[in-house]
Amino acid sequence: METNQTSLPMKILVALLFLFLLAPVILVVPISFSGEQILSFPPQSWSLRWYIALAQNSAIISAFWTSLMLGAIVTVLSLAAAIPAAYVIVRMRTMGSGFLYNLFTAPLLLPTIVLGLAILIVFASAGFLGSFWGLVIGHLVITLPYALRVLATTLGNLPLACEEAASTLGGRPFTVFRRVTLPMMAPGIVAATALCFLVSFDEVVITLFLTGPRLTTLPVELFHHVESRADPLVASVSVLLILLTLGVVMIVDRTVGLSKTFVK
Amino acid sequence: MSVAVAESVIPVPRPALGRVGTATLLLLPIALVNAVGFLLPVLNLLRMSFNEALSGGGIRETFTLANWVGLAGDSFYLELILNSVVVSLTITALTLVLSYPIALYLHRSSGRWRTFLTVLVISPLLTSAVVRTYGWIALLADQGPITSAIAALGFAPPRLMFNTTGVVIGLVEILMPYMILSLLAGFGRLDPRVEEAAMTLGARPVKTFWRVVLPLTLPGIALGCLLCFVLAVSSFITPKLLGGGRVFLLATEIYDQAIVTLNWPLASTLSILVLVIFGAALAVYARILRAID
Repeated sequence: METNQTSLPMKILVALLFLFLLAPVILVVPISFSGEQILSFPPQSWSLRWYIALAQNSAIISAFWTSLMLGAIVTVLSLAAAIPAAYVIVRMRTMGSGFLYNLFTAPLLLPTIVLGLAILIVFASAGFLGSFWGLVIGHLVITLPYALRVLATTLGNLPLACEEAASTLGGRPFTVFRRVTLPMMAPGIVAATALCFLVSFDEVVITLFLTGPRLTTLPVELFHHVESRADPLVASVSVLLILLTLGVVMIVDRTVGLSKTFVK
Repeated sequence: MSVAVAESVIPVPRPALGRVGTATLLLLPIALVNAVGFLLPVLNLLRMSFNEALSGGGIRETFTLANWVGLAGDSFYLELILNSVVVSLTITALTLVLSYPIALYLHRSSGRWRTFLTVLVISPLLTSAVVRTYGWIALLADQGPITSAIAALGFAPPRLMFNTTGVVIGLVEILMPYMILSLLAGFGRLDPRVEEAAMTLGARPVKTFWRVVLPLTLPGIALGCLLCFVLAVSSFITPKLLGGGRVFLLATEIYDQAIVTLNWPLASTLSILVLVIFGAALAVYARILRAID
């Protein structure tokens, strides 16, 4: 059964369905080179005017830097909190580690619209709304479960032998962790880094509840832009975003293999 | 015996703090975020649904069932809830129909081709929902490519945007990767030799599909449908943008009540309702799984 015994009509059907699936993502590329004033497809004329407009749009550029900074800080903090947590839950097996794992990954079970509202209400009375660190906490709520899940799986699949050998040979626990366990976890750490960054960088719903008039992230700025105007500006941003995502994904693919990271 | 000894030498930190102390210290950061950003807000949300909303966004701390009773007696909200469930079920069914052939094809392909197609399936997941919805706005707009094509064929051009049709089209496409991946996960039971056996014994392709392939893939179908339904009921970005404020669903209403009307008790009540619908979907899923086995 090595050859794919699929009939021609079925092949055409699958090709059409793939076209449907990829249409909106592919479409933004030609639209971003539109010379029109408003969003239309196919454009009547071509130009780079929307890339130039993007370079001159200070609101989107500052939102981009906010998102980049937020993503970087959230990713670093996620790893800093999730690596020790994964170690305790998988290796130390203190009582209730199963319960703790479920509790710490539970935020992923809630829809972001509910989580966003819940955080909004609490943060509003604490005065965290529209603040950068409020956003950091809001994003950590959903990046931490992803990081913990990836890291706990990685750690669980590692053979104990090396750590035992190091320990038997007199390595102190922290030394064993730093010199043996941590390097062996590297693929999982790369995957968790990429995942946390992409999740934070793409997050819209929770962020919509927490941003204020003076602080906004790129996806939220784009959301408001699409909500109020239909012009090709968002397409040029989208093309750059897709390239950025592609870059991150390729780094992950080169280091650990894509399917291992995202399909699992 | 030596193995048993080795097990006990697993690196267990034994500094001054002791084992439990170290564990607590290491878990502190994640526990703190979980408490401040998840447990406390969710419990507070539950509490908020029993508070009284005053006009102008005020809230009176009390314990009333008024929000819940109000929902049950308001035809606008009853219709909204029913509409959300029906639209989500429609989206789930369409997503299944459009994803199944892709998943089956992927399952049957191998090697680099399969990897390439899998990447194509995953890639939309890595693209922001805002970007994909924006792409659909370009495609479905009045005088856009699709309406123009329909008009060129001599039919009256339909409205595909700022109504439920647009929301359904956009969400089906956005949810397809989830469905395809769930189906693939469930296709493990589908051995090509079983199909071959059925064909050898004289079953025609259509019959083989209905009697052999489909029953074997039911667990994957159930999982994919659960996931898509849950994601559709709670989706916000696509209904908001493709619905243009004219499509009223649970998630968009939660947002409007929270941000525009500032009626937090009602928004909280609707949120809890979404969670109740989640629970119901999960219960149905469990029943279906039991029925399949």
